[in-house]
Amino acid sequence: MLVNVSTTTTSPLADAEITDTSLRAFLHGLPGVDQVGAEQRAATLASRSIKTSAKAQAIDLAISMVDLTTLEGADTPGKVRAMCAKAVRPDPADPSVPKVAAVCVYPDLVAQAVRALKGTGVRVASVATAFPSGRSSLDVKVQDTKLAVEAGADEIDMVIDRGAFLSGRYMRVFEEIARIKAACGDAHLKVILETGELVTYDNVRRASWLAMMAGADFIKTSTGKISPAATLPVTMIMLEAVRDFRAATGEMVGVKPAGGIRTTKDAIKHLVLVNEVAGDDWLTPEWYRLGASSLLNDLLMQRQKMTTGRYAGPDHFTLD
Amino acid sequence: MFEYAPAPESRDIVDIQPSYGLFINGEFVEAQGEERAKTVNPATEEVLAEISYAGQADVDRAVRAAQDAYDGVWGRMPGRERAKYLFRIARIIQERAREFAVLESLDNGKPIRESRDVDVPLVAAHFFYYAGWADKLEHAGFGANPRPLGVAGQVIPWNFPLLMLAWKIAPALACGNTVVLKPAETTPLTALLFADVCRQAELPPGVVNIITGAGETGRMLVGREGVDKVAFTGSTEVGKQIARTLAGTGKKLTLELGGKAANIVFEDAPLDQAVEGIVNGIFFNQGHVCCAGSRLLVQESIQDELLDALKRRLATLRLGDPLDKNTDIGAINSAAQLDKIRELSRAGEEEGAERWSPPCELPDRGYWFPPTLFTGVAQSHRIAREEIFGPVLSVLTFRTPAEAIEKANNTPFGLSAGVWTEKGSRILWMAQRLRAGVVWANTFNRFDPASPFGGYKESGFGREGGRHGLEAYLDV
Repeated sequence: MLVNVSTTTTSPLADAEITDTSLRAFLHGLPGVDQVGAEQRAATLASRSIKTSAKAQAIDLAISMVDLTTLEGADTPGKVRAMCAKAVRPDPADPSVPKVAAVCVYPDLVAQAVRALKGTGVRVASVATAFPSGRSSLDVKVQDTKLAVEAGADEIDMVIDRGAFLSGRYMRVFEEIARIKAACGDAHLKVILETGELVTYDNVRRASWLAMMAGADFIKTSTGKISPAATLPVTMIMLEAVRDFRAATGEMVGVKPAGGIRTTKDAIKHLVLVNEVAGDDWLTPEWYRLGASSLLNDLLMQRQKMTTGRYAGPDHFTLD
Repeated sequence: MFEYAPAPESRDIVDIQPSYGLFINGEFVEAQGEERAKTVNPATEEVLAEISYAGQADVDRAVRAAQDAYDGVWGRMPGRERAKYLFRIARIIQERAREFAVLESLDNGKPIRESRDVDVPLVAAHFFYYAGWADKLEHAGFGANPRPLGVAGQVIPWNFPLLMLAWKIAPALACGNTVVLKPAETTPLTALLFADVCRQAELPPGVVNIITGAGETGRMLVGREGVDKVAFTGSTEVGKQIARTLAGTGKKLTLELGGKAANIVFEDAPLDQAVEGIVNGIFFNQGHVCCAGSRLLVQESIQDELLDALKRRLATLRLGDPLDKNTDIGAINSAAQLDKIRELSRAGEEEGAERWSPPCELPDRGYWFPPTLFTGVAQSHRIAREEIFGPVLSVLTFRTPAEAIEKANNTPFGLSAGVWTEKGSRILWMAQRLRAGVVWANTFNRFDPASPFGGYKESGFGREGGRHGLEAYLDV
C-alpha cells in the first residue's frame, strides 16, 4: 500500500501535491490496528528475558538514549545547571558510564543548558509550541520555537494540535508541523503526538504518518503531563510506522517514547521492541530516545549492581 | 547489534526418574508386559527416562481398576464432592506450574515460553472450568439428572501432552466417569507427573489410571470390554481405525483428528496483527497443532506486501534451546515427524511451489526444521491438501470472498479457520459459510476452556470444552 502510494501521481508523500482531500484519504487508507492483537504482541515482546551481558549492553545503551528532562513550573537556572552536570557525568564515581543523549527543558532555560553543556556533546532539546496543551495561535507557536532555537537548542519537541486532529482537520496539523519545521532551521524536530489524548491505535498510526509526512525528524509519544503516556503498544505502533515509512520513502525517522518509563526493566522492554519491530538500525541515540527523569538513577543502580553484585542504597546516586 | 544472552530456565526443578511403571489404582506398578522404550529430549536426543509399554494384562488391570472406582466411589459421589477434587487438582497444577512447564519442554521440545505461558495455564483453567460444572450438570441442558457413562478410555497425542490430558480428564471426571488414559509414547512424562498430582490431591484410587505405551497399547485400550466411552485425539488415519473397531459395540466415541486450516487475509485486514496471527497460526508449537493455520489464503491485491512483511517477521524468530526463555521455535518432537515434514517439503518443491526460509542456524544435535513458507502453491499440491504437522506454511491466493470460501472448504478436513478483515459484516458472512469447527476472527490459535472445540468432516466429531464438552461424557 505504501509503496504503491508513493508511485501514484497524487502521492501524499510529495509535499507539493498534498491537499486536504488526499491527506485524509491517505491517512484513512492506512491499514487498521487490531487492539487485542497489538497488545498481545507487545506483551509477548515484553516477556523477553534480557540477562547478563545482554543486560549490561542494554543498560549502557539506554543511558546513552536518555533525554534527561525537567519540565516544571518551578524550574530554575540552578536546577537546569545541576541536571546538565548529571547528564554529562551520570555517575560521578564511575567515568565509564556513558553520557546521556540530551537534556530537555522549557525554552526560557535553553540558554542556561547550552552554556552548561558547551563542548560536552550532550544536546539541548527544548519543548515549544505552547507546550503541553498546544492551545495557542500558530504565530505564538512559531515565536516560541524561534525563542528556543535562537537560544541555541539543538532539538525542538513540539506538540501537535490534538483538537484539530481529533476533529479531522488533518491539513491544519500538517501545516502547523511544516511551519514549525521551517522555524527550526538546523534544529531537529520531534513531534509529540500526545497519544494519551488520541486514545486509539488507529489514531496513533495516522498521527505518526501525518507527522512524518510533514517533516518530523522524530515522532514522540507524549508530553509526560497526560496519563497514559509511553505504553509499550503505543510505542510499538509508532515503531511500525517509522519502519513502514522508511520502506516507502527511504527516509528514517526517530522515535521517542516519553513519560512513564521509570525502571531499567521498562527501558529494556523498549529496546527489545526497537530491536524486533523496527530493527537494530534504530538502536542508537540518533534514532531512539527515552524521555525520562527518574529512569536514569534506576539504570545507574542496576548498572552498579551488574558490576559489583550488590545494590547500593539510593543515597549513592545523585538527585539533581 | 543487540544480542540476547542465553536465558535458560533451570531444569533443576524437575526430578525425572530413570524408569517409570504404570499408574493403576492409585499407585505406580510394574508393567507385566516386557516391552520398554526410552523417551528422549528432542532438542538434544538425550535419553530422559525409560517407560513401560502396557500389554493386555496391564490394560485389563487398569480398566478393572477404573470400573471398580466407578462402581464403588466416583460414579455415585455427589457432584459437589467431585468438584472439590477437581479444584484441588487445578490448584496443585498452578502451584507446580514451573515444574510442569520445564518437564513439558524437555520431553516435547516446545519453547518454555509456550509451555509456561500457554499450555500449563490453560491446563489449570480447564480443570477450574469443569470443576465448576460438576455440581451443575442438571442445568447444562441434558435433562434433569444426566448420568455418567462409566469408564472412559482416552488416547492423546504428543503435541500438547498435558493440555490434551486436561481436555480429556477434566470433563470426564466432572461428569462422574473414571478414566484410563494413554499418553503418546514420545511424551509420557507430564502425564506421569500428573499421576503424582492425583495422589497429592488424594483422588480415590482408580479414578485416574495412566498407562504408557505405543499404538498397540492404544488399540488394546479402546477395544477393551468395559470401556464405555472412547476419546481420541490424533491422526485421521488412526481415528478411522478406531471408528471401525468401535462400530456396533455401543461404545460412545469422540474423535479430534487432523486439520488443514485456512487462514484467510483480506485486503482490509489489520496487517501487522495479521502477520502475527499467521506466525502464531503455523509456527506456534513448531506447527504441531491440529488446528494450525497451515494454508494462508491471501487476497491477491495485497499478496506482495503481506509476504514481504511476513518474511521480515520470520527473520526475527528465534529457533533453539526450548528451555531458553527467548526461544520462539523449539525442536520437532521426533525423528519420525521430522522425516515426514522433510518428505512433504520435498514434495512441495517437486510440485513446483517456491520454498523460502529465513537465514536460520539449526543446532547440530536434535530434531530441527526451520520456519518455512511455500509460495505459488496450488490447491492440487500435496502441501495444500495433506497435514504436514510442522512449521511449514503454504501460501495460496484468492480474488473474492466467495473464492476464499470455496478454497478454504475444499479440503477433507474442517477443524478451524481464520478470517482477517476490519469489516465486521464480512467476518459474520465468512463464519457462516466456513465448514470448520472453530473460526477465529482477527486472531488465531486462541483457546479458552469455555469455548467448544472440534471438527467437521475428517477432522472428527464431538466437541471438547465448554458446555458442549460435557455431552461426550454424559449418557444423553
